Amino acid sequence: MRKLSWFNVVSLTFGFAFLYIPMVILVVYSFNESKLVTVWAGFSTKWYGELMQNEAFLDAAWVTLKVAVISSTIATVLGTMAAFVLVRSGRFFGRTLFSGMIYAPLVMPEVITGLSLLLLFIAIGMDRGVMTIVLAHGTFSMCYVSVVVSSRMATFDESLEEAAMDLGCTGWDAFKSVTLPIISPAVISGWLLAFTLSLDDLVIASFTAGPSATTLPIKIFSSVRLGVSPEINALSTIIIALVAIGVITASIASKRAIVRQRRDEQVAR
Amino acid sequence: MNNAQFAPWEDPAAKPLIEFKGVTKNYGTFTAIDNIDLKIYPREFFALLGPSGCGKTTLMRMLGGFETVTKGSITIDGEDMAGIPPNKRAVNMMFQSYALFPHLSVADNLAFGLKRSDMPKSEIQGRVEEMLRLVKLQKFAGRKPHQLSGGQKQRVALARALAKAPKLLLLDEPLGALDKKLRQETQFELMDIQEKTGTTFVIVTHDQEEAMTVASRIAVMDDGKLVQVDTPDRIYEAPNSVYVADFIGDVNIIEGGVSNVSGEAAELSWSEGKPAIKGVSGERIQKGSSGAFAIRPEKIAISRDKPVDVHNCVQGVVEDIAYLGNMSTYYVRLDNGSLIKAQTANSRRIARRGLTWEDSVWLSWTDTAGIILPT
Ligand SMILES: Nc1ncnc2c1ncn2[C@@H]1O[C@H](COP(=O)(O)OP(=O)(O)OP(=O)(O)O)[C@@H](O)[C@H]1O
Ligand SMILES: [Mg+2]
Repeated sequence: MRKLSWFNVVSLTFGFAFLYIPMVILVVYSFNESKLVTVWAGFSTKWYGELMQNEAFLDAAWVTLKVAVISSTIATVLGTMAAFVLVRSGRFFGRTLFSGMIYAPLVMPEVITGLSLLLLFIAIGMDRGVMTIVLAHGTFSMCYVSVVVSSRMATFDESLEEAAMDLGCTGWDAFKSVTLPIISPAVISGWLLAFTLSLDDLVIASFTAGPSATTLPIKIFSSVRLGVSPEINALSTIIIALVAIGVITASIASKRAIVRQRRDEQVAR
Repeated sequence: MNNAQFAPWEDPAAKPLIEFKGVTKNYGTFTAIDNIDLKIYPREFFALLGPSGCGKTTLMRMLGGFETVTKGSITIDGEDMAGIPPNKRAVNMMFQSYALFPHLSVADNLAFGLKRSDMPKSEIQGRVEEMLRLVKLQKFAGRKPHQLSGGQKQRVALARALAKAPKLLLLDEPLGALDKKLRQETQFELMDIQEKTGTTFVIVTHDQEEAMTVASRIAVMDDGKLVQVDTPDRIYEAPNSVYVADFIGDVNIIEGGVSNVSGEAAELSWSEGKPAIKGVSGERIQKGSSGAFAIRPEKIAISRDKPVDVHNCVQGVVEDIAYLGNMSTYYVRLDNGSLIKAQTANSRRIARRGLTWEDSVWLSWTDTAGIILPT
């Protein structure tokens, strides 16, 4: 281990403090006895208990999860299909336009995306609820999936598919049993990306959500405007814990995969 | 294989397995295959030979169904192949890039095609093991392709194409990455498989020795065209052009003008005041036009004294000697400046004669040793 110079120690400390002090405060106050967020009155888990009683929050959490799972699945299917067409079908009329249009929503301000979707739903007379949020999230996160998947598709060796067809596969069978397994890491990361985007989204959701369905970010945002309650802190702490667990699991899993691959390669030698 | 009975191409009544009729393939404005007519017969071992980029892979890919035909038609077994996808053709191809499935083990790669055929599940395992044995990869059944060496990958690709025992097998440089010994073994293995199963093979190779060994016929290609399609011995002994003579094996070329043609024999005047060279007349040569005399180095005799009773003899000076163990190649400079290679087996007699650099020597050959070709 190298010894860090005092300069490095200081910058490291400040950097991490800057990043994490707000979260630490939030976590600490979620265990506060008092209702006042800024006054410490002893340790307690009562806010967690109250949170569990709070139907509105639980409902919102459930809606958010449902929306995230469904919309990211839709986005993954559509995004993969779009990537496949754009990478594979060679040059066709308007290809540049199409690929540009796939990427445009990535840079479009969310307010505009949300507003346009809202107008669309009103125009076709669709009641806003879970369905509309799912559609909205599916639409914009599909672009992200298609970017991730098409960059993988671009380096995919097409002769593998040809070999599969040569050995008796139909086009779909070749895709399913050769292409998809090989590009699956990209498809999975596309799904995860879409999932987190959906969990995280406030702007588009607030345009497309209706009275019948609210997502957690909307709920938190609106209740904070009435004053920060320790319940929100508790909820946020839970979310932080879940995210931390997710990140740690993912990194352990990928490290394991790398180790396994190295071992395989050593066997090969 | 090369016995006299098997020559369906000589028989006008024989039905070809594959027929190319005026096939042209364009990539945009570039013509990769230029108006090819070709018949390949059942049970043939057909080799495609030609320089890099001449269209060998393209020809194979059109047979396999991976490339459309721009003009003309391809029939397999009498059936027009236009619009028929690869999975509906009784053809298997071994890809030049191997195209092994990286996510499957060696055994699963081999089973891939079998699982999609009408072979009963219970027999697949046995067939996979048989193929593994064939390419000597039993120990590697569980490995993934990235854990194999180049030659091992090539053998897996070969085994995978063979596994379904197709009617027609296309092999795009199947043995390029193998060492000499394994390559020879595999060549004989291929010929053996061919004899046993009656499969028709079309094979691309850069190795002319390999083509000579395995093929019933060889097609020499250049720039999208077929230059000559013939048996290996005819290609070697009676090339139809300087290009083919030069492409296959070692050859000496002497250019000049055709001074006489009479039936099988022809003469080429090549140097002022020297007697014309006598040789076999090649196709399409005409008296008075320009031509070239082609002769293999091993057909030229080298001696210190002027040989008697031989019409074709020229004098020159030994410029270099390459000792090849069983053979020696002498590079002889003629008066007119051209360099001729003569090859002799290293019997004791020659060695004792002790020809060396700067020696003045006579080169001679019989009237039927070389061929006069149009240029
Ligand atoms: N998809 C393509 N688009 C445009 N040109 C192509 C394409 N595929 C092949 N060609 C061109 O067609 C010609 C023939 O290619 P082909 O792959 O058949 O050569 P080859 O004889 O197999 O060469 P090698 O011995 O190097 O494998 C080449 O000049 C190549 O550049
Ligand atoms: Mg090739």
